[in-house]
Amino acid sequence: MFAEFLQFLFTGITVGATYALVAMGFSIIYNASHVINFAQGEFVMLGGMGTVYLLAAGLPLPVAIIIAVAMTVVVGMLLEKLAIEPARNASVVTLIIITIGASIFLRGVAQVVMDKEFHAMPAFTGEDPIVIGGAAILPQSLWVIGGGVMMVLALWFFFERMKMGKAMLATAYNPLAARLVGINTKMVLLLSFGLAAFLGSVGGILIAPMSATYYEVGIMLGLKGFCAAILGGLGRGWGAVAGGLIVGIAESMGAGYISSEYKDAIAFILILLVLFFMPSGLFGTRGTERV
Amino acid sequence: MPQKAAERAVPLLSVRGVSTHYGRIQALREVDLEIAEGELVALVGANGAGKTTLLRTISGILAPSAGDIVFDGHSILRAQPDRRVEMGIAQVPEGRQMFGPMSVEDNLVLGAFTRTKTEAEADLAVVLDKFPQLRDKQREPAGTLSGGQQQMLAIGRALMARPRLLLLDEPSMGLAPNLADETFATIRSLKAAGTTVFLVEQNASAALALADRGYVLETGRIVLADTGRALLENEKVQAAYLGL
Ligand SMILES: Nc1ncnc2c1ncn2[C@@H]1O[C@H](COP(=O)(O)OP(=O)(O)OP(=O)(O)O)[C@@H](O)[C@H]1O
Ligand SMILES: [Mg+2]
Repeated sequence: MFAEFLQFLFTGITVGATYALVAMGFSIIYNASHVINFAQGEFVMLGGMGTVYLLAAGLPLPVAIIIAVAMTVVVGMLLEKLAIEPARNASVVTLIIITIGASIFLRGVAQVVMDKEFHAMPAFTGEDPIVIGGAAILPQSLWVIGGGVMMVLALWFFFERMKMGKAMLATAYNPLAARLVGINTKMVLLLSFGLAAFLGSVGGILIAPMSATYYEVGIMLGLKGFCAAILGGLGRGWGAVAGGLIVGIAESMGAGYISSEYKDAIAFILILLVLFFMPSGLFGTRGTERV
Repeated sequence: MPQKAAERAVPLLSVRGVSTHYGRIQALREVDLEIAEGELVALVGANGAGKTTLLRTISGILAPSAGDIVFDGHSILRAQPDRRVEMGIAQVPEGRQMFGPMSVEDNLVLGAFTRTKTEAEADLAVVLDKFPQLRDKQREPAGTLSGGQQQMLAIGRALMARPRLLLLDEPSMGLAPNLADETFATIRSLKAAGTTVFLVEQNASAALALADRGYVLETGRIVLADTGRALLENEKVQAAYLGL
């Protein structure tokens, strides 16, 4: 009984950590521009697919990972430079539609440059499960959770302690004042896309050994991450983490105790409930300043 | 006479024939004005005259559709707002514009964004000495401060940039009379310390009393320019802005 619960919980936390990384990406870009970047899932896909592709080309895993992440960051920044910045006087809705277009484009390119097959990335450190309290945990699970924790701590340090991080927060709170103190808000927007691409690609790489990766893998992961971001209150860092874990755990419990057929529906039911009853997210307070 | 000094010296800032539009609405019409180093110049005008538009054009938030802005002998039209702060133009915007959830200290330090960490730390101590009330609230979110304290913070944040020219947009707005007086006293002390100030106010009597020179802006056009005292005694100004 308990072992089963523990098993579902671990699975939920693992998947949830990935959703949290994606959700933080949504929030960072939202804060810098009020744009919801629907290409966020494609960053996840590019990380996983890129690594698989580079591994197949004979590169060792750590090198493949670094190159795939760097490549995704470049793609994220190019997306901002080439598609968002030239249209920055357009409405937010237009910009969101541009990101949807970009996501379709990126999927198309991935499909042509790489392929349409499903790929399994080898686990970083073996496949032998570790048994805790009767539940079996794959070593890759620990990589995902550990990697997620590292990312959250790094982001916390960046936003709380570093000048550039504080400048990004300041831009989110008051873009006019940010410009008047000398913050280059265009640079902030570029950086936010780079950071979101970084988080997405790391999430995609960490989870790839546990669930097959292919050119459309970003659609579902992106939507789940979006649900997590909304759940936590779009734009809130800790909210994104909590939202990711909640979606992941709810999904895994739902799949375990009810039926795995409903797994994907659970995130969307959650989001509808939250939007209906708590429009500014689980931790949001109505009408106050956004974090 | 300060006016003479202004005429002789090369102005720190000169706005030459500047027009600014919002879409098809013209908010500034060929505005000309000059500010010499060390001067306190006031700009008075009614609601919607274009005062904020002028300050935002000087800071580079808005781009003029005609004219030139020369700072320290060079046109700054091509410089982005962050570059203009770096050159020494800082603004205390209308409505104070705090980074509300961030601490008072963070707000101040962000004011020195274009400067080095050492410079920021040194000036933080100076500004906190100048505004002891802010020192007591250093770790609290700026959004929790009272209106008067927020105005001090907004001025302190702009001073953290070590401006050569300080632009103030209606600093007395929304403050109780005693707090407004306190704000004007702060501005007087800034001038005494040699800071060049461009003060935009609806409270014309207080601003003109403080100013070396003043301009009157009406529907986007400069209609009067004289010394502060002469404007205070001008019948048109008295009728339109001083309620006399
Ligand atoms: N974003 C905007 N879009 C369109 N018109 C604007 C915009 N901002 C200001 N205006 C118009 O430009 C004119 C000048 O406005 P501005 O805010 O510069 O006046 P102001 O002198 O600062 O007024 P106040 O004393 O109320 O602050 C007004 O007619 C105003 O309606
Ligand atoms: Mg105004």
